[in-house]
Parts: sequence; C-alpha cells; structure tokens
Amino acid sequence: MSAVYGLYPDGHAAQQAVNRLRAAGVADRDITILSARPMEEFEFGQRDRQTWMWWFASFGGLLGMAAGYGLSWLTETSWAIDVGGLPTFAWWPNLIVMFELTMLGAILAAVLTLVVSALLPTRGQTLYDPEVSEGQILVGVERPGEARLADLEQALSAPPGARVKQSP
Amino acid sequence: MTPATGTRINDDLTRPLLLTSWRFYLLVAFFGAFVAAGLAAWFSQIFFGIGIAGIRWPVYWGFYVTNFVFWIGISHAGTLISAILRLVDAGWRRPVTRCAEVITVFALMIGALFPIIHLGRPWLAFWLFPYPSERLIWPNFRSPLVWDFFAINTYLTGSILFLLLPMIPDFAVVRDRSTGLRHRIYRLLALGWRGTPKQWHRLETAMQIMAIAILPVAVSVHTIVSFDFSMAPVPMWQSTIFGPYFVAGAIFSGIAALIIAMAALRRFLQLEEYLRPIHFDNLGKLLLMMALIWGYFVFNERLVTYYGNEPAEMTVFWRTQRQSFAPLHWTMIACNFLVPLVLMGIRRFRTIGGCVVASFAVIVGMWLERFLIIVPSLGAKYLPYSFGIYRPQPVEIIITAATFAAMGLLYVLFAKVIPIISIWELKAGEHTPSAAARALDEERLGKVRP
Repeated sequence: MSAVYGLYPDGHAAQQAVNRLRAAGVADRDITILSARPMEEFEFGQRDRQTWMWWFASFGGLLGMAAGYGLSWLTETSWAIDVGGLPTFAWWPNLIVMFELTMLGAILAAVLTLVVSALLPTRGQTLYDPEVSEGQILVGVERPGEARLADLEQALSAPPGARVKQSP
Repeated sequence: MTPATGTRINDDLTRPLLLTSWRFYLLVAFFGAFVAAGLAAWFSQIFFGIGIAGIRWPVYWGFYVTNFVFWIGISHAGTLISAILRLVDAGWRRPVTRCAEVITVFALMIGALFPIIHLGRPWLAFWLFPYPSERLIWPNFRSPLVWDFFAINTYLTGSILFLLLPMIPDFAVVRDRSTGLRHRIYRLLALGWRGTPKQWHRLETAMQIMAIAILPVAVSVHTIVSFDFSMAPVPMWQSTIFGPYFVAGAIFSGIAALIIAMAALRRFLQLEEYLRPIHFDNLGKLLLMMALIWGYFVFNERLVTYYGNEPAEMTVFWRTQRQSFAPLHWTMIACNFLVPLVLMGIRRFRTIGGCVVASFAVIVGMWLERFLIIVPSLGAKYLPYSFGIYRPQPVEIIITAATFAAMGLLYVLFAKVIPIISIWELKAGEHTPSAAARALDEERLGKVRP
C-alpha cells in the first residue's frame, strides 16, 4: 500500500484531520493536502507560503535590463548611424527597449520559479484522487508503513463527513 | 438564484468542452468562411503586389495600419483590466478575467499580423527583427518601429503566460473528468497539477508578480504605438498627449470588446448564472468613465490645435470638422461619446442589451478614430503639392472584415477546448477567501472586529 488518505467535504473537517495526524505523530512534511481551490482561510492552507519568487523575479528583471542595455549598445555602436542628430548611443530611446526587456525578464523568471519550485517536484508524488476536482479536500500520508496504518486510519476517519481510502 | 456548488460549476463550465452542439459547427463555418476569404485576399495581394491595395503616395498608411492600431487597442481589454482587477482584489472580476485575457492574446496576434500584411512582401518581415546579419546592419534601435517590436512581443509573451498560468488548475479538472485521448492531452497540459498548498501559493504569487509587471507593459505598448505617430513631423501627429490619449482609447475599446464577448458567451454557452447583470453593470460604469476620459482628450486635442491656428494643422482640422472627413468625424463623436453617455449614464439603460449596443457603437467609433488620426493627416502634409486622397480597395476591406471574423473564430475554438471562465477562481470566490483571509489576519494581529 502506498498511501492512506481521507476525503473531506469542507475545510473545517480537513483541518481537524490534519490536527489529528499531527497528534498521531506525523510530521507536517509527510502530510499531503490537496484541494480544488486555495484554502488560505485555514491553517493548513498557509503551509509552504515562504517563497523566493519575488527575489528571483527581481533578479530576472535585472538580467533583462542588462540584456536590453547590451543589445542597444551593441547594435548602435557596431554600425553607427546618424538619426536626426541623436548621439550614437542615445539614452532616452534606449530606455524603452531596456524597460521592455526588464519586464520580460521578471515575468519569465516568475514563471520559471513557479515551474521549478511547484510543478516539477510533484512528479515523484503519486497520491491523488479525482474527487479533489469535485471539491473534496484530500488529507493523507504517503508510504505510511503497516505498523502505523490503524492509528492513521482512526485519525483520518474522525472528522465529520470523512471517507477514508487506501491507494494500492 | 442559489450560488453554484463546486460540482455544478465543474458541470456548467466543462460542458462546452465535453459536448459539441450544432451551434459550434455553425459558428466555425460562419467565421471560417470570412477568414478563408481574408486569406484569399491576402494571397492575391502577395501574388499581384501591394499595388492592388489603395495605399499610394502620399497616404502610405491606410486600412492596414488603422487595423494594427485598432487591434492593439482592443488587446487592452484583457491583461490590463484583469491585472488591475486582480491587484485591487475586485470580487466581481472572477468570471470576467479569462474572457478578457483571451481577447488580449488573440487581438495582439491579429494586430501584430498587420505590419506584415502591410509590408507587401511578408517573407522579408524578418528584416524587422534584431538579428546579426552577415552585413552587420541592425534595425535602428532609435526608431519607434523597433520599440513596437519589443513592446508587442513582451506584451504578447506576458499576456500568453498570464492567460496560461491560471488555466493549469482548470486543465486538471478537465483531466479528471475526461477519458481517452482527451484525458491524455489535458494530463499533459495540467503539468502534474494536484492542488497542494505550495502549488496554490506559488501560482498566486506568480500571478501577483505578473499582474504588477504587465500593467506598465500594457501602458507602454499603446504609448509606443502612439510614438509611431507623434515622433513624425506630420500635422496633428506631433502631440505630447498622444501617449495617454492612445492608452485611454485602447482601454475604452478593450472594455467594449469585453462586454460584447461576455454577452455572446452568456447567450451561446448558457452562462447566465456566472456572467450576471452586475458584471455588465460594473463594466458599463467603466465604459462610461472611459467615454468621459476619451471625450476630455479629444476636446483637449481639438482646442489646442484650434487655438494654435497653425496653417498645416488647421488644414487637417477643418478636413475632419467640416469637409470631406466630417461625416466620419461626427459619427465617431456620436459613437464614442454621445451613445455611451446616454446608455451608460442613465441607469435604466445600463442593462445587458444597453451595454452591448453602447459597446458596438464604441467599437465602430474607435475604429473610425484610428482611421481619422492616420488618413486625413497623411493626405494633407504641409504643402498642397503633397496632398492626396486615399480610397480603400476591396482587398483591404475584405482583410479588415476577415480579422473581425478571425477574432470570433479563435474565440469560439478557445471556448471549445478551455473553460472560458476560470473554474478554480470561481470556486474560491464562492468562499470569499479574501474576506476570510482578512479575518484570519485580524485574528493573528489580535484585532477584534466589532
């Protein structure tokens, strides 16, 4: 058996299940919680909130700005053309290209961080139930071990409306 | 009306994906016929040369550049409006955002096509791109046309990602509800989405960052499009208000396009419970506000030109006020100002039907506005020897009509394969998470609500 889990109709029941699993000695990192919408109004929905995404986006923006500066400088100095008396490397018009690439860098870095930090790591995890899409909240433990199975099932089945399942 | 439950939301919003009615084929055939005609017209222009279009000295920018500016303006319907509503956490945005973001992506694609159509020799379009050729000649980075390249591509890339990211959880819903090949496709698209708290937090943070980044980009795009005009020494083009004037017009036409799209979706996909009169009422108020802002800019532009009394500018001014272009000018004023003012200003008329009528008027008026900025000025540049007349030819009219059909076709196809309303955001809205989160924050901060 690879996992034991409960399906709950609302966040309150899911919160109770999480609390009971903790009381049974399961560490937070071993508890899987899946929902069809963000559950920020519950304590379990606040897990894994810390992220470096803002910093990565800022760094991506800086990289984009540097790319914009480099591209403008390279193109304008490699073949100097007189444009209405502007300097060969004119700051005002180049700010536009630098701005656009700054924003592009920030956007791409944010998306890349999302993919790397939240989507790729789930590839190895298998616990899932299609009923999550229908609004059920899944709380479970992967690879629980036979010795703890009864305790975990008891903890998961206690909240109202719980339906406990095992995945083979 | 009772609020929709999670399962019913899934049923209602995935139904168009899983069931195909005759209406779908009818709409695809209808729009597809126009698009096919447009493609045939374009190929004929490529085959016979740009001479079969009406653009010739001194009016080198006609319908094609009008359409370019118009569609880039329409693109402000989505990402800009959606980003603003996300950042201010407007609860009523939830059923609206995706309908709007889709318009942005398709309108940008259509708009970006026009410079290529306008080239006449589209196979040379790559000359516009900044690539190191063997001659070591780069595009001129001090030209607004190169700024257009960067701005439009940044906006298009950002808008596609802004549209795609919140789709991932909805792909997972369709994945769980479908079978066979469709299941395999949506499983790939869902990128392994399961709905862990970490995934939700990362998604929402990414959306927040993108909303903040995309807002100035959206403003910059139409400002830069306005620079295509205001950087040129052409009467009534060299104006410092062109940037905000174009941005205001873009948002104005974007809201109108969004209202029309939402009304069509509501009717054809039976989404009355999700796209409710309150959404149209709110968008109608926005339309009214933008009509007033647009009117302010037009008054500003006209009064300053009139007061300045510069001969070349006054030639263009009178052409639009009293002479050959006057019928188009006053139609524009009626469509963009008077009709929205009456229909959206009087509460009794601010119904779904009233919003749609006003929006159609605005779409017509904004297209005319773009046309009237371009053609009268180019046809009357300073010295009378360079005056000229522009007569649009059938190829330009057919291509113009085809782009509206292309918008319709792309929208119908999109709604067939992707939930047109964000399922997870709608579910989240049912539970008013922002209010609950605020309550949680207050609890954490030790505040007691009265």
